[in-house]
Amino acid sequence: MSNHAPAIETSELCKVFGNKVAVSNLTLEVERGEVFGFLGPNGAGKTTSVKMLLHLIQPSGGKGYLFGEPLSNPDVRSKVGFLPEHFRFHDWLTAREFLKLHADLYHIPPSQSAGRISELLDLVGLTPHATKRLHDFSKGMLQRIGLAQALLNRPELVILDEPTSGLDPVGRRLVRDIIHDLRNQGTAVFLNSHLLSEVEITCDRVAFIKNGEVVRTSPLKGLLEGELSVEIRARNLTPETVTDLSRWSSNVRHDGDHLSLTLEKEADLPAINRFLVERGVDIFAIRPEHVSLEDLFIQIVGNDGGL
Amino acid sequence: MSTFVIARLTFFEAARRRILLAALVLGLVFLIVFGIGYHYIIGNAERNLRGGQLQLNEIRNFLLLAGLYVVNFLTVMMTVLTSVDTISGEINSGTIHTLISKPIRRWEVLIGKWLGYAGMISIYLLLMAGGEMFYIYLSSGYSLPNPLSALGLMLLNALILLSVSFLGGTYFSTLANGVLVFGLFGVAFIGGWIEQIGSFLPDPAAGQAATNVGIVTSLLLPSEALWRRAAHEIQSPLVSALGFSPFSTATYPSNLMIVYAVGYLLVVLIWAIWHFSKRDL
Repeated sequence: MSNHAPAIETSELCKVFGNKVAVSNLTLEVERGEVFGFLGPNGAGKTTSVKMLLHLIQPSGGKGYLFGEPLSNPDVRSKVGFLPEHFRFHDWLTAREFLKLHADLYHIPPSQSAGRISELLDLVGLTPHATKRLHDFSKGMLQRIGLAQALLNRPELVILDEPTSGLDPVGRRLVRDIIHDLRNQGTAVFLNSHLLSEVEITCDRVAFIKNGEVVRTSPLKGLLEGELSVEIRARNLTPETVTDLSRWSSNVRHDGDHLSLTLEKEADLPAINRFLVERGVDIFAIRPEHVSLEDLFIQIVGNDGGL
Repeated sequence: MSTFVIARLTFFEAARRRILLAALVLGLVFLIVFGIGYHYIIGNAERNLRGGQLQLNEIRNFLLLAGLYVVNFLTVMMTVLTSVDTISGEINSGTIHTLISKPIRRWEVLIGKWLGYAGMISIYLLLMAGGEMFYIYLSSGYSLPNPLSALGLMLLNALILLSVSFLGGTYFSTLANGVLVFGLFGVAFIGGWIEQIGSFLPDPAAGQAATNVGIVTSLLLPSEALWRRAAHEIQSPLVSALGFSPFSTATYPSNLMIVYAVGYLLVVLIWAIWHFSKRDL
């Protein structure tokens, strides 16, 4: 049974700190081999959710499983790699010592760990710095060694908590390439990020979290292709015409000669065109655009953002 | 297995951060100063006293007791100062996240750290207290009665403070934990002295009240009680008969107090594991 269980499965997980609800109803499923983006504004409960998945924080309610095992079972974490936010590590260790420590904690036999460590140092480009202490590492180097640490056990699930925040483009590129490789190897990746461009490039599926609750989960491809934002430049728009457009779109904005609306289906476009012509509107331009993840993000979680 | 990985890491951290080096170098300086002081005091006593070896041995015993008193205090300081940050510091900095997200149980992390510190403290105590005893034995052939039980009691004392510092670390920030552990130590310390002085008070009611204060503070933290029992084990029968010197003890805690101290250590350690295992990180 557990051999076919999803990488992550949670049902109504919640976490309350005192009287503050950090996560109220986290229900999601991440399949094996899938790259899953977890999006939401600051303070939405993303990091709390990640910490619950790794049992760093005990849920106040609900259930959660990794590969069919309850989150509280430490043994299941031998299949998991984790890169925590901020990359805070034991900085008095050298890069190689640091990886050796974590290889030991993964119970990787010494006969295998030395080779694996060299391989990973190479992958993240830190071989020349293998004997340098983490104390002397830049943030980008810490991120790299943190990634290497998360891959030591050839995990089946990698959880990355804001892996690219505060990094330069080279660092972000590295994360992206590693996620790409992981997907090719059939490793599931849970990417917690608010850098939408990263998510747009890397993820198969995304969940939006707002006020500690998953408000929408969707395949990224369908999500971006489905939503359409339309800009119309036209004259003789009457208020009634604008109101009647709500038949196709719940999100109509009108400002002088400019009309903007979002559509769920591209197929509605000709009908809207006909409708406007019949109402005697003079159309100068209709410009349909697929919604960017950023627009979608604002639309779903609202533009009040995280505080 | 993971427990030993963490214990080794704790040792390694102390070595890498030069804590071991500092403790060993200053410990050596301490032993040298002790040796010089001992040499001159005994040299002077040998010239001026006519009581022979018996009387000289009383002085040797007194000096060793004074030396061990300081070692006991230093061991307590080292224990608390080095361990007070080990749990709360890792929680606060977030370094704990990469450890706990491995296939490891939280008790393995806590016990691993505890064993690492316990090992270092044992070595420190053995070198310092053993160094003093050995020096005096080498220079004069004098050895204390029951040195091993005294060392054992001093170690038990240090391990109790270590466990209290671990427990505090699972609840409080480093600073608050330090204030708490030293505060408790201070209470037990003054309680012990009140009990000592109380035993000389002519008014039996006042004496009893002072004894009760001592008992209560010993139950709160049995550190001073363990030292007084250790001092009782090693002080010369003559001093015991006379009753009092600044470093030794008039009344001494019973075997029951030792049993209580061992139980205290276990309870505090299990409490620390329990709380560390369920707290959010």
